[in-house]
Amino acid sequence: MKPGRTSLLLLALTLCACQREERQFRLDPPISASLQAVASMPDGISGAPPDTYRVLGKPYASNAYNLSQGKQLYTWFNCNGCHANGGGETGPAFLDGWWRYGPDIISIFVSIRDGRPRGMPAFRDRLTTEQIWQLAGYVQTIGAYSAKTAAPARDDAMQSRPAENRAPAKSSFASDQWPYPPQ
Amino acid sequence: MALSTPIAVRLVLLAPLVLCGCAGASAGWQSALQPHGTQAMALNRLIWILIGVGAIVWVAVMLVLAGALARRSRSARAGHTVDTNTERRMGRAVGSAVLATALIILGLTLTSFLLTRGLSASDARALEIEIRGHQWWWEITYLSSQADQVFTTANEIHVPVGRTIHLQLAAADVIHSFWVPNLAGKQDLIPGRDNSLTFAAQRPGVYRGQCAEFCGLQRAHMALLVIVDPPEAFEHWRRAQLTPAANPTDPQQAEGRKVFTSKPCAACHTVQGTSAAATIGPDLTHVASRRYIAAGLLQTTRGSLAAWIADPQTLKPGNNMPDVPLTATELQAVSAYLAALK
Repeated sequence: MKPGRTSLLLLALTLCACQREERQFRLDPPISASLQAVASMPDGISGAPPDTYRVLGKPYASNAYNLSQGKQLYTWFNCNGCHANGGGETGPAFLDGWWRYGPDIISIFVSIRDGRPRGMPAFRDRLTTEQIWQLAGYVQTIGAYSAKTAAPARDDAMQSRPAENRAPAKSSFASDQWPYPPQ
Repeated sequence: MALSTPIAVRLVLLAPLVLCGCAGASAGWQSALQPHGTQAMALNRLIWILIGVGAIVWVAVMLVLAGALARRSRSARAGHTVDTNTERRMGRAVGSAVLATALIILGLTLTSFLLTRGLSASDARALEIEIRGHQWWWEITYLSSQADQVFTTANEIHVPVGRTIHLQLAAADVIHSFWVPNLAGKQDLIPGRDNSLTFAAQRPGVYRGQCAEFCGLQRAHMALLVIVDPPEAFEHWRRAQLTPAANPTDPQQAEGRKVFTSKPCAACHTVQGTSAAATIGPDLTHVASRRYIAAGLLQTTRGSLAAWIADPQTLKPGNNMPDVPLTATELQAVSAYLAALK
């Protein structure tokens, strides 16, 4: 390849790096209201997200800024108090990849918003809908089955667990020792 | 400007622009050039001494250089001969210049040491205040050995004139920096590290400070006020801050309190005397007694409170206050309640 073309190609590749992830700080009120309309199954497990969620490009599962906000809410709203850093204590663990109410973001959203039996409180009067989505997105990454391309901000403190985009649960599935029934 | 304009003329034309910058920096309540605190005065004196000595040295060097250039052109015409007498004089001139350099540097070092020695001196009866930097606001806790004398406020520090103030600086998320130029020098607030800063204000007044370290998108909206009061006025303010929040005086305010404590507001903010006791956002027990809301963004009025609650992400994009959906009636009630929290 000629040096001129090589440098052009290199320049193009370098410019690709300029694309920055979009941070959306403000949702228009009708959009944030529509994100409330989750169609969950009658037993509260799994369901369909509102159409706006798909139109927005599933921002709470794939956008690093939203995942970081979720991580901050996880600490601020004392999720650590019961679930620890995902390892579980009074509440169930997330790291092991076993989801009592299913692994999809809708179930996690409904769990946070409405609470669950045996101790999980409802946060619908404590968090806004957008915050619940952010938190659900973050919680899902803790026990995700496959690696994600987006990750929340790194901890300043010592790491107590694998990074959120590392798919910690994957190895559990490969193992014959996995103690839980298939989901 | 035409290309033929001499450089000297261009510099003269640029000078007013540069001076404008100085005038802006020296205007009033946020200026290192109008010191009203013991520490800021010492720093101010030091900077003027450094500038003065530096200016004298610069002028002297320029004069000698000009003289040498003039002499060189004369001696070049006259031929190049140096006798032993001249050589001795030249040696003496160079030697004394080296000695003068050493003495000036030593002198400036000593001056700097003597003037800044007292900057971090605190005394036993200093007022202890803890300042915690958040993205993007200041959490301010007045400490005391008696638990019932401790209280928390935000973005506004009141101090008595003349008394030594000892600030304990901490950060919740990223590195911030505390700088109220009229009163003291700059000190960083670093997560996981204890820093401190001492100052004593010499004149009552209102002084402004701003985060002096880039800490994110809204750093420009991370201001704080230091209000220096006479001792009796400070004591009056301190007593008022220690009381729980005012009770609602009309049905709308009562409704506002109900909305505040039942909606997500109470999940982040504290209002002493109600069930709202969270410490994620600023303490709002006496929010209406503060001059500004949202760290210097808006003056505190019922209207600005309502605007802030209705749409914080438009007013200060990226801050951690969410858009909480409220009906118009709820918004009116909450703003009435908060505006009454003097």
